[in-house]
Amino acid sequence: MSDATPFVTVIGLEVHVQLLTRTKLFCGCSTKFGAAPNTQVCPTCLGLPGSLPVMNRRAFELAVRAALALDCTIAPFTKWDRKNYFYPDLPKGYQISQFDLPFSSDGHLEVVDPKGAFAPRNVGIIRVHLEEDAGKSMHDEAAGTGDSRIDLNRAGTPLCEIVTQPDLRSPQEARAWLNELKLLLVYLGVSDCNMQEGSLRVDANVNLHIPQPDGRIAKTPIVEIKNMNSFRSVERALTYEAARQWEEWRETKAEMGKTPKQTRGWDDPAGVTRAQRHKEESSDYRYFPEPDLVPVTVSEQDVAAARAAMGTPPTELRRDLETTWKISAYDADVLVNQGRELVDYFEEVATKVGEGKVASNWLQQDVLRILKETGGSITDFRVRPAVLADLIGRVTRGDFDTSRGREILAQMVADGRPLDEVVAGMGIAAVSDDDVISLCRELLADNPKIVADVKGGKEQAAAGLIGQAKKKNPNVNPGKVRAICLDLIRAMP
Amino acid sequence: MQPLELSAVDLVAALRQGDVTAVQCATAFLDRIEATNPAINAFLHVDREAALSRAADIDARRRAGKPVGPLAGLPVALKDVLCTADMPTTCASKMLAGYRPPYDADVVARLRRADAVFVGKTNMDEFAMGGSNENSAFGPVHNPWDHSRAPGGSSGGSAACVAADMAPVAIGSDTGGSIRQPAGLCGITGLKPTYGRVSRRGLIAFASSLDQIGPMARSAADCALVMETIAGHDPGDSTSLTTEVPRYTDLLDKPLTGVRIGRVPEHFAAGLDPEVAKGVEEAFAVLKAAGATVHDVRLPHAKYGIPTYYLIAPCEASSNLARYDGAHYGHRETAPAGGHRETAPAGGHRETALAARAAGAAAGFESPLVEMYCRSRAEGFGPEVKRRIMLGTYALSAGYYDAYYAKALRVRRLIRQDYLDAFQTVDLIGGPVSATPAFKLGEKTDDPLAMYLVDLYTVGTNLAGVGGISFPCGFTKSGLPIGFQLQAPPLAEPLLLQAADRFQRLTDWHRRRPKAAGEGRA
Amino acid sequence: MGTESRTSAAARPLSSADVAKVASLARLALGDAELARMTGELSKIVGFVSMLGEVDTSATAPLAHPLDTQNVFRDDVPAESLTTAQALQSAPRHDGECFLVPAVLGDSGAA
Repeated sequence: MSDATPFVTVIGLEVHVQLLTRTKLFCGCSTKFGAAPNTQVCPTCLGLPGSLPVMNRRAFELAVRAALALDCTIAPFTKWDRKNYFYPDLPKGYQISQFDLPFSSDGHLEVVDPKGAFAPRNVGIIRVHLEEDAGKSMHDEAAGTGDSRIDLNRAGTPLCEIVTQPDLRSPQEARAWLNELKLLLVYLGVSDCNMQEGSLRVDANVNLHIPQPDGRIAKTPIVEIKNMNSFRSVERALTYEAARQWEEWRETKAEMGKTPKQTRGWDDPAGVTRAQRHKEESSDYRYFPEPDLVPVTVSEQDVAAARAAMGTPPTELRRDLETTWKISAYDADVLVNQGRELVDYFEEVATKVGEGKVASNWLQQDVLRILKETGGSITDFRVRPAVLADLIGRVTRGDFDTSRGREILAQMVADGRPLDEVVAGMGIAAVSDDDVISLCRELLADNPKIVADVKGGKEQAAAGLIGQAKKKNPNVNPGKVRAICLDLIRAMP
Repeated sequence: MQPLELSAVDLVAALRQGDVTAVQCATAFLDRIEATNPAINAFLHVDREAALSRAADIDARRRAGKPVGPLAGLPVALKDVLCTADMPTTCASKMLAGYRPPYDADVVARLRRADAVFVGKTNMDEFAMGGSNENSAFGPVHNPWDHSRAPGGSSGGSAACVAADMAPVAIGSDTGGSIRQPAGLCGITGLKPTYGRVSRRGLIAFASSLDQIGPMARSAADCALVMETIAGHDPGDSTSLTTEVPRYTDLLDKPLTGVRIGRVPEHFAAGLDPEVAKGVEEAFAVLKAAGATVHDVRLPHAKYGIPTYYLIAPCEASSNLARYDGAHYGHRETAPAGGHRETAPAGGHRETALAARAAGAAAGFESPLVEMYCRSRAEGFGPEVKRRIMLGTYALSAGYYDAYYAKALRVRRLIRQDYLDAFQTVDLIGGPVSATPAFKLGEKTDDPLAMYLVDLYTVGTNLAGVGGISFPCGFTKSGLPIGFQLQAPPLAEPLLLQAADRFQRLTDWHRRRPKAAGEGRA
Repeated sequence: MGTESRTSAAARPLSSADVAKVASLARLALGDAELARMTGELSKIVGFVSMLGEVDTSATAPLAHPLDTQNVFRDDVPAESLTTAQALQSAPRHDGECFLVPAVLGDSGAA
């Protein structure tokens, strides 16, 4: 905070993630994305008369896994509640959720920026609970009808709701934290956190804390922001909203508590938040215990088993890579952020090469670049870890230099031929020391001026010999050529 | 041989032995329905052709030596609260008039697999809310013993159809007494099993923590036969018990020696009709003569049963019935009664929608969608249903939840504990099922509270989640049936059926039949 | 979450404003006569059920389920869904793919 920004932006997030189950939370309908409307529905998720819910065990397991990853306490006894309201995408007229006894609470997730754009921020998690998703309501204004079209394929999909403490202090932190959350949940196989497909949704609560001359902190009314469709939108929306609230404060001096919590929708094309229609009365959801579902108990053994099955979360993985392979925090971050499969690939390469830094460089500068260009994934990458390790080994050995190595890699990616074949095809062959020496003698004989310059003290003139050397024999190692030429020149009378 | 005169047990045996065919059997009952239903109005839907076709199929299979189910050829009536994929399921409500579910209730599927022949769907109080079957959108049911009187409710149609020989067996549902009380008023036997004994999947929900499906027939033995088919675990119902289903029919013939039956002195307070009191005391005497012992027990919180029930049930109902909003099924109304303001007739237009919105706003609705909800539900539901939805919504709403709904849940625990305590000293609790015999149609319809009190003796069973059976124990001077109720600890259906069966071997109240249709006292 | 306090308000007679508010929550359109009648009936019923206030429940937990069952689950295995035709078969209005309802123009619906 400074004179330029005389307020603190206080942000809390409410995140909904769809769990990676095959079927819905209370019925056996598929949860596959992209199906034709109303093809993945049954009496239960349609809310037909007489239908009943039965809890998906895997959904509960994944929810517990998410909560453990967020360092939450798992409640030994948890129950389900009905949240009652009327909306066409909610066919039962209530959502089965959790109200007063969520299955987990009191966790945290830290976000660290390896580039140091902000200090590490540990964000508290108030609760993580399990609930069912609603269907989709589509209104096509352009079609000119007065109807909304309701597709209930999504109704009943298992959702984890993650509610944070208002611990975030900037839109950048919020975006980074969401990336960290996504990474964590993807790593653990809990969700694919794909905002475009709706498997991750975010609402934000934001207000400003403004220190007053008398020492008191004035707080602007909390605004809930909805309709942000990407992490970038979240950052943009929060940036806009903070500025808007600051202007509003300057004009009205309106403080929190005197007005009801406002909801504003983010309009991404226009780049503004807009107040949503004020509801006549605040929603009274009339929560009560769901009579069709029995409570769930979780023992300490259950929690231990869930932890054991969890897998390694990204924070731990970053630390492991740094320690084991002596790579920098930045490098570890880049690798881990690419996902488990890439980390596995890296570790295999590093093991075979016997060293981490060079493997990390090849992965970051070359493999990831190629993947980005081709849009491929590491699992489909043609060059398997053992082959890349072999390539790296040969470069280290001096069979050819790095730029040749890159050419070889590109060739292998392009036509899938084995390493030896590509090497041979490019006419790359090891050049014996004797051949290098005789080549150097030739060069020196051809370049008396360069010899004279070097003898006169200008060692850098030897660089002029490299290009010629490569023309004569592309397989020579430039470093070797330079070194041997210099030696020969020094040895000259 | 007259199928109409046989018990379900004997009918099934006769069918098996080939003394009668399924078609003959079905025809007899369908003819009876045709003759009698106009005066009784027990049935909302009868599909003669389908029933006969099914019966014919069963006969053909039997002739061909193919296996048939344990109830093969037995005509069964289903309360219209049970989902049937091949028949409408209306809950006697305009809201679901003509509604056809795309699936069968678990109980319906089980009965189908057992080769029962469904003769039709029976009338009921709308959405199972009522104690007289006067809350039906399709007319009240008339008590076969006296057509000017109510059969009880909400399974009034099921009770009346058995009493009038329109079916040997009917399936009902019981949330606060809706099987037992009409059974009592109609002189038949009705069983509400322990909560969770029979799957609720496909039972259109009224109050989820109280609802149970059960058999209604002329005898405990017939109920036992049906229970063997309908009881059992259903993985599609999370509240369904996994306990194995006993062979109820095998367990019937046991003496009552040493069985301790509780008698609750508070049951005999003022308000209990003297003839009913007398009939009930005589029933205790019969049971004693059969070897049982009778002991006083207390159910200290019994008097709080009605207010507890009339909080919990409407609260759950207000939520269960929220799905009836005209959006995905059921009755939809978008314009005021008599008006015509379809928002989008066959591809409506935005202008129409905007005009509709303006008009709706003028009428006080915040949007055409909300107007649709409000009008559909106002048109689709009858007054009692609306009353209970309102009561439940109120009692769950912010500021009232603790005083009403949460309070009722606490008292419920006390009521349940009363039962568990009582069952430490007795094996069964006996007593009246209704304070009066069948009352006149229209007698209680002006006073909702008076109607609620007809459940006085039955709500405790549902609140505690235990089982109860009612059966006839006598008749009033004017020829109206008097019912007796036994309640038992959880999963003691065998004892309930055994005791009722033993009573029915020693008496023949259950064999009495009302005068033929059309001769009932007007 | 932020719902209002759920702690008890003393039982008091219902006004027609109270009843109108409940009707709105319950999405029931009530005419004036019906509202008046409902107010009387509900007041009477609420007065009656308020007798539960006599019972000392200070040491008693609520009983939401009559069963002691816990931990009922199903496996994450696909089961047969309905066809679209079946799903829409009772829809008051549909377009062959989706249910059709009056649009709530410019509103985003409930939370």
